[in-house]
Amino acid sequence: MIKAILIFNNHGKPRLAKFFTHYNEDEQQQIIRETFHLVSKRDDNVCNFLEGGTLIGGADYRLVYRHYATLYFVFCVDSSESELGILDLIQVFVETLDKCFENVCELDLIFHIDKVHYILGELVMGGMVLETNMTEILTRIEEQNKIEKQEAGISAAPARAAAAVKNINLPNISTSNIHLPNLPSFK
Amino acid sequence: MALKKVKGSLERVFEKNLQDLVRGIRSNKDNEAKYIASCIEEIKNELKQDNMAVKANAVAKLTYKGEGDAELDVSGADGLQMLGYDISWAAFNIIEVMSSSKFTYKRIGYLAASQCFHEGTDVLMLTTNMVRKDVNSAQQYEAGLSMSGLACFTSPDLARDLANDLMSLMASTKPYVRKKAVLLMYKIFLKFPEALRPAFPRLKAKLEDPDPGVQSAAVNVICELARQNPKNYLSLAPLFFKLMTTSTNNWMLIKIIKLFGALTPLEPRLGKKLLEPLTNLIHSTSAMSLLYECINTVISGDIGFIVFRNAGPERINTGTTSRLNIDPRPPTPVGIYDVRAKHERGLSVFILCVQKLRILIEDSDQNLKYLGLLAMSKILKTHPKSVQNHKDLILDCLDDRDESIRLRALDLLYGMVSKKNLMEIVKKLMVHVDKAEGSVYRDELLSKIIQICSQNNYQYIINFEWYISILVELTRIEGTKHGHLIASQMLDVAIRVKAIQPFACKQMAQLLENTHLLVGTAVQANGICEVLYAAAWIVGEFPQHLLDPRRTLESMFYGRITSLPGHIQSIYVQNIVKLYSAIIRQLEEEEDREKCQETTQFMLDKLPQFTASAHLEVQERACCIIQLLKYVNKLLEKDVSVAEELTGLFDGELNPVAPKAQKKVPVPEGLDLDKWINSPPSDDSDEEVTIDTMFIHDANRVNHTPAYEELSEEELEKRRAARREDQANNPHYLKDDKRSKPKKKKLKDLAAENSQMSVDNIPVAEIDLSVPLHVPGETYTEISGISVTDEYMKKVNLQTKKKHRKRHKKGKRGRHDSHSSDDIPVAHKVDIIEEEMPEGAEVSDHEHEDKRPADDPHRALDIDLERPLDERDRLPVREHYEVGTGLKLSDKPEEEEKEKPRRKHRKGSEEKAKGKKEGKDKDKKKKKKKSHEKKESILTEKPAEEAPTEEPNLLGEVESEEIKENGVLEKEEETVKVEESATVAASQDDSQKMDDISFWLTKDDVGTKKEEDSIKQNSNEAEETEEPTHQVSKKSKKEKKAKKEKKKDKKKKHHVKEEYEEMGNGEEAPPPEDSAATNQEETPEIPPMPCYKLLAENPSIKMTYQTRIDANQSHQVVVSVIFCNLTSSHLKSLEFNVLDSLNTKLVREIGATSHDGVKVPFQLPPGATNEGQFAFTVSSITMSQKLRGTLTYVVKDDEGSTSEKLDFKVHLPISSYMIATPCNSDQFARLLSGGELTGKASVTAQLGDAEFREVLARICFYCHLVVVERVENTVSLYSKSIQGHHICILMKAMPNGSLSVDGKSSDSSLISNLLDEIRLLSKDST
Repeated sequence: MIKAILIFNNHGKPRLAKFFTHYNEDEQQQIIRETFHLVSKRDDNVCNFLEGGTLIGGADYRLVYRHYATLYFVFCVDSSESELGILDLIQVFVETLDKCFENVCELDLIFHIDKVHYILGELVMGGMVLETNMTEILTRIEEQNKIEKQEAGISAAPARAAAAVKNINLPNISTSNIHLPNLPSFK
Repeated sequence: MALKKVKGSLERVFEKNLQDLVRGIRSNKDNEAKYIASCIEEIKNELKQDNMAVKANAVAKLTYKGEGDAELDVSGADGLQMLGYDISWAAFNIIEVMSSSKFTYKRIGYLAASQCFHEGTDVLMLTTNMVRKDVNSAQQYEAGLSMSGLACFTSPDLARDLANDLMSLMASTKPYVRKKAVLLMYKIFLKFPEALRPAFPRLKAKLEDPDPGVQSAAVNVICELARQNPKNYLSLAPLFFKLMTTSTNNWMLIKIIKLFGALTPLEPRLGKKLLEPLTNLIHSTSAMSLLYECINTVISGDIGFIVFRNAGPERINTGTTSRLNIDPRPPTPVGIYDVRAKHERGLSVFILCVQKLRILIEDSDQNLKYLGLLAMSKILKTHPKSVQNHKDLILDCLDDRDESIRLRALDLLYGMVSKKNLMEIVKKLMVHVDKAEGSVYRDELLSKIIQICSQNNYQYIINFEWYISILVELTRIEGTKHGHLIASQMLDVAIRVKAIQPFACKQMAQLLENTHLLVGTAVQANGICEVLYAAAWIVGEFPQHLLDPRRTLESMFYGRITSLPGHIQSIYVQNIVKLYSAIIRQLEEEEDREKCQETTQFMLDKLPQFTASAHLEVQERACCIIQLLKYVNKLLEKDVSVAEELTGLFDGELNPVAPKAQKKVPVPEGLDLDKWINSPPSDDSDEEVTIDTMFIHDANRVNHTPAYEELSEEELEKRRAARREDQANNPHYLKDDKRSKPKKKKLKDLAAENSQMSVDNIPVAEIDLSVPLHVPGETYTEISGISVTDEYMKKVNLQTKKKHRKRHKKGKRGRHDSHSSDDIPVAHKVDIIEEEMPEGAEVSDHEHEDKRPADDPHRALDIDLERPLDERDRLPVREHYEVGTGLKLSDKPEEEEKEKPRRKHRKGSEEKAKGKKEGKDKDKKKKKKKSHEKKESILTEKPAEEAPTEEPNLLGEVESEEIKENGVLEKEEETVKVEESATVAASQDDSQKMDDISFWLTKDDVGTKKEEDSIKQNSNEAEETEEPTHQVSKKSKKEKKAKKEKKKDKKKKHHVKEEYEEMGNGEEAPPPEDSAATNQEETPEIPPMPCYKLLAENPSIKMTYQTRIDANQSHQVVVSVIFCNLTSSHLKSLEFNVLDSLNTKLVREIGATSHDGVKVPFQLPPGATNEGQFAFTVSSITMSQKLRGTLTYVVKDDEGSTSEKLDFKVHLPISSYMIATPCNSDQFARLLSGGELTGKASVTAQLGDAEFREVLARICFYCHLVVVERVENTVSLYSKSIQGHHICILMKAMPNGSLSVDGKSSDSSLISNLLDEIRLLSKDST
């Protein structure tokens, strides 16, 4: 089982937090902070596993994380998951994001957190791995987007126009893409 | 209306959407909190509007807030409270958005819900119907959406209400929906365990789903379930085995292989089966993850070795040790025995795995290195030797720059130590302690050092002086959390190793003199200052060993002792007096009156500093003692000697008590611990204004929890409900934090808490120490000239050298040493004192307690999945809730319920007792309802909601399910069913055939049997496999034990040593009444007994049967029949029927008459064997029954089909209703003397030349009796019937070769009939 999925940036700002067991907001923030401290002090060339902090997990749980450009993707899993398998799942997740957002970068996650959640929802459900086949995931997402578009139809036009105008002056944030290293594929 | 709509969408242009919110937050970095507050206001307004789009937008923003908050870094209470507040007001709006008809909004709603709803959210109960509608939606993504959401916020209520819908969704035509439904079922099981049994057959069927995604989901769910309760899933092994050998999906393979890792320890024969496919995978796969899991399973399931062990005892010792040292190479060609070759193969797989692990650890990829070490730690538990060979590698890993890897390597060190290298390893670790930055790793190191040293009762320590020095050195560590650990080690060693006491005392005195250094390092609970606790106690307890007691006494008053935690101070006070009395005694012996008075005066001067302590205990002790000393002083002035009286205060020795001792104190007869002493207190919780508070002057101590009362479940529930209501009505109540409220606090915790608090109160001035904290170790040395740890090493080395020259006389007594290779002498004459156990305590080696916490949902999921489904396994079906009846229903008297049978099916849990008649009623009702529903939902083409699956058709689960899957309309059900079941049976034939794991495993054995030449092994195995699984495993264990014992005999030296070890284990007292167990060991070679009896046989079919019972069902017995096809043609349409007697009736499908047979749910291909189970209801079990029956079947071959029949008689002896229930002799005696057992009978039988032991074993086995006590040829036996009759039997083998059996039971005909059966059984042998 996956207990939690966290994404935060190099400064510890959370970009996505999905908990599959209930914690109140206080605890959630604490967990994120603790996890960030654990993960951030590690070099890039050490292993991707570490024993969880005191808040999340216990002996049976393990943090599996990956660092892409400015973002950390952290999965907290128990011993029923294969560590290497989860590493590959993170890769699948990021690659899917990359396909959906076209060169995904941190800003995409900031402004489209709902979409990220939807994508994640196709990979993991209630803490269990739902699908690992990327083409399958992508078709499912596409189809759902299509439904949304159909529903929006003409009535969404004004809102879209307004959004387009607003989007012109996006704040100046470094838009470094998440570079996808070519990892040996899992399939 | 139109205008409104236009207006609505125009307004939306100006609203903030999610992106705007984010942008806003980012640009308002300086005063985010303020900005958020204004946004929340806006959101609130938006939520009030009717427009769904606006609402959805608002909810989307709220969801973001959930996460955004962290970004805000809101640390003030304000923002956080707001969040708690958030959910309570927005939850309802979220539900509104969830219920929108538009997918877009629904999606937002469900996302919000999945992020912020949880089990305890109140509004969840409003969602049931909406979620049900969404889940059943024709739109697969809507269904998927709601299922994903539900997976995040399943509550027990939702789980119960929706279990049935999800069950039917598992058979949906859309793989996407199926996949999600299957996964969601796991969440349902966790919250509503009753759903597991009815859903399991379908879940199992999903393992063979055509869609790989669904398949993988099913594997996932079953693996999760099996991980917690593996034994219930053993029967799925064949299915998984098939999947493993056919699937190419790595994800699934990994899960399956992990599952096998959990199963193999339970069924050793499985390991044999797995050997080959796993080896193939290891060789063939390119995916590291899969390779790793294979290795993991091989080593953790001990697969290589299980196979190996079966080869016979001699091989083990010669094989393992020598072989594992050698590099992998093809096993030496052994041509003599095929068996042997096979076992060689098992071993070589193990070697292969260990070698692969080494390669992983040596790999440059840190991930692989980590995993390699992780896997090594699993081997360590079973085969420490093979890990020890890689010591070099692991020690290297200690220096790795990666902390994760260092921690893993540390774990492994535990198994690396021996007497020889302990000092060396610990020295290395000490160096690491010095170097380590980061307190986590250092603390880990510290606890590992102690763990390594103290393991197995200090098995590897040869010099305790060295160990004490190490402990003292460890006190130098700043800011460790393990002060308490070190302290307890010091105490333990000092108390139990008598020889070390003088040395320990001196060391502790040193510690006390350097108190300032320890106190300096921040006074905190469990900090290093805890060591002073141990030091003070040891010094006080053994003052005779002190060099200068007076000086030590003085040192105990110096420094900032009053700033120590309270419990340490109180130990100080107590031990100061102990020390004082020792000094006085000494002085009086020297007749130095003056000094006596001077010392007393010194005490009187110094002690008052404790009387001002905030800690109650310290204060009390100090006051008390001051008064005592004043009195002593008076006596001294009168020149009276007081030493005698003073020392009398602290007379006696303290012995260590075994940790389990308290638990083992036998409950005295006649004491009922569950009984109320006083009548239960009244419900009024306001009375809790306790007396406590009146006496407590320290404000911090008010949080004494009131004494915990045991409340009945109902009462608790009532209280909870009342409280919830209270909270709901209370505007000041913000969060429902009932989870975090500790229900019960242990006294100990409370004390700790108190002490901590009072300490916190003391103003502690941080003193900058000019002395570096490293000093102690050296200063100790300088002061007293005590050798530091290194010197011990040198000493030992010298000693060993000496020892090698002249080997004689070892100073070992009362200690065990297991590694014969380590011939290092123990430096001291060490005498480890045994820990004490209470008198009359029962000693049991295996205390298998469920270690999972009581609220772990997996506990509830430990459910027998093999038992056929019955009435109780009915899922609650959607019904109209009637307000107010739900709660009262259970209280209603029976009669009323009979009058209104319909009411009964309101809630699932109340449906337990239900007659067939009512069932029919229900059917009709349901059909009516269904036709309504069909009209309504005709367009949606939804699979019918309730119809067939809910029917609890015994054993027929699969058929009806399939019908549903194919969307067959209900009307046709009856007619189609027969055909359907036939085709289903055909399609599932293969899997069904493999269903029974016992058979599956047998198949292999039978196959290989011919190859194997070792006859003894063979016969054992073959007979073994004829028995059902559980018995087999028991048996094989027994046999293994027997083999082990043989082995022991052969290696007598070894044997003796092991026994010695056991003795040395401390807590073991000679077992007083474990006679049943010992008995079993005494009789290792009872020939295996077949338990399937022949039912009937003709040229085409053979039936053997066995009866099974379930302790929970007092009126049911299951006859398990093995059908064996003896022809070369297909047998199909098997129907099993029995002529019911008044007493015993076959359980048929609902609605069937007593003339209808029960269909056997499978076909038999040529030569095939399969097992079917048939349940009988029995009203009285006091008589044995013979039931006549017929099996009809159709033989189908090329020429056509002919129908045949076979008559049989099922014999249901009384013994088949017995449950072997363990009973100890006390209970047994009480039963016999209790007068409850009125029925008596006795018989005598001729033993003939059969051995009593064998007869006894056979009787116990077939009649399900348990040996209570055995004295030579007299045995008392006990058993219990499924209806609760006690059966006590005394059996004696008479010198004249006859066997006299006397029995007592609560029913006289029961016992006399049972004894008849026993007589027949004993005759069988002659």
